[in-house]
Amino acid sequence: MAKELWKGNEAIAEAAIRAGCRCYFGYPITPQSEIPEYMSLHMPKVGGIFLQSESEVAAINMVYGASGAGARVMTSSSSPGISLKQEGISYICSAELPAVIVNVMRGGPGLGTIQPSQGDYFQATRGGGHGDYRVIVFAPANIQEVVDLMQDSFELADKYRMPVMMIMDGMIGQMMEPVEWKKPPVNPEDLPAKPWATTGTKGIHEPKAIHSLFIDPNESNDHNMRLDAKYQRIMADEQRYETSETEDAELIFVAFGTPARLARAAARLLEEEGIKAGVFRPITIWPYPYDALYQAAAQDSVKAVVTVEMNTGQMIDDVRIAVRGCKPVSFVGQAGGRVPTPQEVVAAAKSALGR
Amino acid sequence: MILPEKQITIISGHYGTGKTEFAVNLAITMAGSKKQTALVDLDIINPYFRSYERRRELESAGVKVYVTSHQGTMDIPALPPEIMSVFVNTEQQSLLDLGGDPVGAHVLGYYRPQLEQVDFDFWFVINQRRPENATVAQIRHYLQATEAISGQKVTGLVNNTHLGRETSADVILQGDAFAALVATEFNLPLIYTTVERKFVTELSGRLAGTLFPIDLYMIKPWELSNEEGGHFAWLLEK
Repeated sequence: MAKELWKGNEAIAEAAIRAGCRCYFGYPITPQSEIPEYMSLHMPKVGGIFLQSESEVAAINMVYGASGAGARVMTSSSSPGISLKQEGISYICSAELPAVIVNVMRGGPGLGTIQPSQGDYFQATRGGGHGDYRVIVFAPANIQEVVDLMQDSFELADKYRMPVMMIMDGMIGQMMEPVEWKKPPVNPEDLPAKPWATTGTKGIHEPKAIHSLFIDPNESNDHNMRLDAKYQRIMADEQRYETSETEDAELIFVAFGTPARLARAAARLLEEEGIKAGVFRPITIWPYPYDALYQAAAQDSVKAVVTVEMNTGQMIDDVRIAVRGCKPVSFVGQAGGRVPTPQEVVAAAKSALGR
Repeated sequence: MILPEKQITIISGHYGTGKTEFAVNLAITMAGSKKQTALVDLDIINPYFRSYERRRELESAGVKVYVTSHQGTMDIPALPPEIMSVFVNTEQQSLLDLGGDPVGAHVLGYYRPQLEQVDFDFWFVINQRRPENATVAQIRHYLQATEAISGQKVTGLVNNTHLGRETSADVILQGDAFAALVATEFNLPLIYTTVERKFVTELSGRLAGTLFPIDLYMIKPWELSNEEGGHFAWLLEK
């Protein structure tokens, strides 16, 4: 099939439909409004449900309900809207229900700006809601990767019965790039059965219940420990990352999403000056690829590690955990809607190397 | 090179077809041929990838630049009064770069009384590689809805078929043949087929539309270090 030119947001929506998603609940917010717009047009054509809810709080609770009934379901929003959804995400994690949640990030805090940002790293990776929980978080860096990861997101959500988040800055949602549809579309009717789903007793089955209330502290503790065991399994099995020219590098950039592209551009500029820089790009930011990053940073050749982010420095905490003090870690970035230039990244790299 | 002849040229089309890239290039080309030129960034839909972001290149080429309120950084349809001047300044030729889709053409309703007083062209940009722009039926839908919402008739087609950084001569040729078919179907002139400058020699004399060479202005920050991005040094000054 010929390659097509897709806008990030519409590619997200189309990829979800192709991944067998048949329920979308959401509320418009820039810079992700093309997702609900596309869903409203195309979901009815495949017999799915698009519903513009009265608020983000309602949308996430509709996701909770539809997922409990066994549907392949997603919602999307941008930063302030994702904040509103946090209570529901905590409930969905506790109730162990699959869902895909897309955050096309804009600058914060508060109402902030509608320009691109990565200010929600802490929120996504540490859990923005209450209680002990995690969500798997993918951070694609281009539109083809968004499309390729969408089916995986739904599959992992089903496999672990938990939300999977996909986060990207507004630039990725708004830009246009060529896309190739590599995987055949999923027919939701061919998906494995969900014996836990509340689909009605039909007068035969025992009633099932989906809830997040565990009043007895012993029962609540057991529930938390069981969830944690699941998160430990995910940390062991689901880390993803990509490296570019990190072998024998003098400097390692660490960046997710758009800044990884900036870092690669910066690495090319540094190469012209005889400095070998590589880029380590986490694709899952939870679970974070700590060990792989340590291996890259601990090489004898590496003198410094620089994180590039579109925030005031959030992922740098995970980078410090990964690097375990074996190399100096510094930060370069812009926050609140500005995108750093490769040249700013180059300057930070040279400063980290003392040149 | 045939350039716009009317006082106003309106540029519309499905979002993502490359209206803005075309508008910026057309304005710079017009100004380069000693025409007094203005570009009005009239996108009331989208705060990203706006022609106003290239005001430095536009202004240094001699193009006067107007934009919706808040320098186009917000998606609110507030229109500063100075935009009205493009309808009365007969010494100047102005391009109106609309937001995408029929909804972006809503803004023309506001300027309807002014448009009744001037000569204008209304060009519709197509890109065959956009999945909602790949058949005659799809283009009919967007074109008719744009005319219905704006209350104005489209007077010409601009073929801007491309595939971003993966554009090839074949992609442009296929788009050109498709655009010729669309033009016949709707009985509209095919004004231009845009061609990224590196393909100009290869494609000269092989296109149905008048070849309009374009440079890439709407580049992304990580492309700044690329060869094509070299002339954006000013972006580093901010």
